[in-house]
Amino acid sequence: MDLNFSAEEERFRSEVRAFVAAKLPAAIRDKVLGHKRLEREDFLTWVRILNTRGWVAPSWPRRFGGQEWDPARQLILEEECALAGAPPVLSFGPRMVAPVIMTFGNQAQQEYFLPRILNGEHWWCQGYSEPGAGSDLASLKTRAERRGDTYVVNGQKTWTTLAQYADWIFCLVRTSQEGRPQAGISFLLIDMKSPGITVRPIVMLDGEHEINEVWFDNVEVPVANRIGEENAGWTYAKFLLGHERVSNAALGPSKRALRELKAIAAATPSGGGRPLIEVPRFRDRIAEVEIDLMALEVMVLRVIAMDRERHTPGPEASLLKLQGSQIQQAISALAMEALGPYAALHQPLALSAGWTGSSAGPPLGLGITGRYFNYRKVSIYAGSNEIQRNIIARHMLGL
Amino acid sequence: MDFTFTEEQVQIRDSLRRFLTETYTLDRRRAIARAGTGCDPEIWRQFAELGILGLGIPQPLGGIGGDAFDALVVMEELGRALVIEPYLSTALVCAGILVRAGSPAQQQLLAGVATGENRLALAHDEPDSRWRLDAVATRATRKGASWVLNGRKAMVPDGAGADHLVISARTESGVSLFLVPGASEHMTRTALMSHDGSSVAEITLEGLRVPADALIGVEGGGLPLVEAASHVAVAGLCSEAVGAMDALLALTLAYVKTRRQFGVPIGSFQALQHRMADMLLHAELARSMSYLASAKLGVRSVGERRRAISAAKFLVGRSARLVGQEAVQIHGGMGVSEELATSHYFKRLTLINASFGDMDHHLEQFAAATTAELHSAALTTIHSTPATRRSVPDSRSPQARPGR
Ligand SMILES: Cc1cc2nc3c(=O)[nH]c(=O)nc-3n(C[C@H](O)[C@H](O)[C@H](O)COP(=O)(O)OP(=O)(O)OC[C@H]3O[C@@H](n4cnc5c(N)ncnc54)[C@H](O)[C@@H]3O)c2cc1C
Repeated sequence: MDLNFSAEEERFRSEVRAFVAAKLPAAIRDKVLGHKRLEREDFLTWVRILNTRGWVAPSWPRRFGGQEWDPARQLILEEECALAGAPPVLSFGPRMVAPVIMTFGNQAQQEYFLPRILNGEHWWCQGYSEPGAGSDLASLKTRAERRGDTYVVNGQKTWTTLAQYADWIFCLVRTSQEGRPQAGISFLLIDMKSPGITVRPIVMLDGEHEINEVWFDNVEVPVANRIGEENAGWTYAKFLLGHERVSNAALGPSKRALRELKAIAAATPSGGGRPLIEVPRFRDRIAEVEIDLMALEVMVLRVIAMDRERHTPGPEASLLKLQGSQIQQAISALAMEALGPYAALHQPLALSAGWTGSSAGPPLGLGITGRYFNYRKVSIYAGSNEIQRNIIARHMLGL
Repeated sequence: MDFTFTEEQVQIRDSLRRFLTETYTLDRRRAIARAGTGCDPEIWRQFAELGILGLGIPQPLGGIGGDAFDALVVMEELGRALVIEPYLSTALVCAGILVRAGSPAQQQLLAGVATGENRLALAHDEPDSRWRLDAVATRATRKGASWVLNGRKAMVPDGAGADHLVISARTESGVSLFLVPGASEHMTRTALMSHDGSSVAEITLEGLRVPADALIGVEGGGLPLVEAASHVAVAGLCSEAVGAMDALLALTLAYVKTRRQFGVPIGSFQALQHRMADMLLHAELARSMSYLASAKLGVRSVGERRRAISAAKFLVGRSARLVGQEAVQIHGGMGVSEELATSHYFKRLTLINASFGDMDHHLEQFAAATTAELHSAALTTIHSTPATRRSVPDSRSPQARPGR
């Protein structure tokens, strides 16, 4: 038993750290660390920089442009990037649709799409959820009717993250009403520039535009853009869910948020002369969430090790997502509480890049309460925490 | 013991609820929030007509002279309708200070409060005070027949739009209160937006000169007034939170009955039923404590009042957090969208917790008040004969910690 990263892995960590320190543009870093609004170009700039080292999707197989990294290295990369204030590499392209294309797509699809994910030419979004189909995804209704070499797609997707920036959307659509609901679903890749697609913003509770409705009105999609077999889309979707494992634990972002929480508590007067971080009642709660984060980290490493042995992902991902989301929420709540009365301040103008005015309240306070509100999402998306508990009960406990 | 509301209270509740249901729609509220002033003049005028603005003011001073439970009834309704108007600041907190300690000249403002002409705000908290009532760094110095005020006031609820401010400042003999016109020279008010749509102000006093008769009550006598006012505020916020939780629970209940997944209403999942049962439990605990807080507002013992107020604010804060978070979670994606009232209730409940002391603050206050009573009881025991010994107050301190 050895809980340490190898010397080789530690060397690699220093390499990543040096690279990020040298290459991450300060303007982007400041936005991320200052909770400012990120624009499309900010994400893409960072993807292009990472791509110079082959670090957009280094765990991909070599023949698709990856380096076949094991998850430990991937973890180190993600963590170092997050701690340094890099924008996240969104999962939708490299970690969601790409594995599906690699495993079930044809050669033409692989040759066309995969390089464009790596170089940032294609921004992908995920078109699964619908107004009537959230946790019960298989009840989705968006239909695709076959007409010769094209599908005609009609319906509505919703909660689509950053669809306003996307070039492509991968969708689950209904191609048959026969049999079980799961049996009539196909997996389509749809160009967001197709005539008939309308993206409508949904404003979230923090006042920000991060999610959308995506409407399809007689959208023509070449049959060549279907993944695998018609009516077999559910299998591919389930495969995809198994792939989103370690990132949902959000170790890197939570470590960054914990560091920030301590900085806020150290800079905040408690009203009694000492900084808040020295008030035992508050300090203990920071300590508690830090201990939770330590436990989660070791658990992530254990899951990585297990996956290495048996070569297929197991249901433990649900444990990681469940606890990872709870820790994210706990830290964001503490940071908000640390602000005391200033938690109420809402300064949406100050969140934009062009803002030159000053903001009111404590210097580290900007965006903190908004994040607390926004992070209620992490126990809802990617399979709500109730659904994760159902999975744990069924697949780990056999109930 | 009697937990029934009077006929008049039921009447206030019903008419206010009817008015707010018809008028104070989510869209109307959004528009008020967007305007950034935190007050819709038309709504305010209607409040005056309904008589609720004069609730905290005795009849001889131009009000209708209600009690703490009348205020509770009103605040519950304002919470239920997510009202952001400066009712608490004006009609309960500041009016209360003037009723208690204002000079006859100052009390003449109160008739205007009841008719809706005067809005008031309490400017007490400062950038570094974090709800500690005695942490006042703002200074008032005597210059001839006037006072000159210097300092900063932070996150003043409804401070930007108020016609008059009650400002606390330290003089040679301690914390004192001053009644100051909102538009004064050498005072800068910056209006800021709160996440719940209400308006707060940062206030800078740079040589603000006020006449000697701006002093409220006696010099150095401000702290007990501020404390009493903050107790009124806490009781009001607790009632408001209870109203908001009622509404949120009802919304969520309606949602789980209509939202279908897996071919059934999601309310049929036991996992959600249990969570809603907990929401109900915590909302009812909060209601109980809001009653207690209002009931204790009038007791003479400061220690008893402090304990009740802090206990209520702590517990209501905990309930508000649980009920708010769960309501959002149970709504799924709909819960985090701005479209439904759900997220607006959640935000308001969150910020009630950050107003007039959060859970940690009141847990500390409660523990301190309890310890203080134990000490004085112990002293009494030592110094008194058994026959006159006071009973030792209940020393159980809450072991329950905020669930997270
Ligand atoms: C910010 C955000 C971003 C998102 N991004 C995307 C995206 O990019 N692409 C995409 O396709 N989707 C996205 N989603 C959608 C997300 O996957 C769904 O919100 C999620 O699956 C829940 O579905 P729902 O919102 O319809 O809630 P519902 O399924 O209606 O659930 C409501 C409540 O019922 C509970 N519940 C449901 N079923 C059960 C059960 N069997 N047992 C116990 N409890 C149950 C849920 O846990 C929840 O608390 C996003 C959502 C959010 C909030």
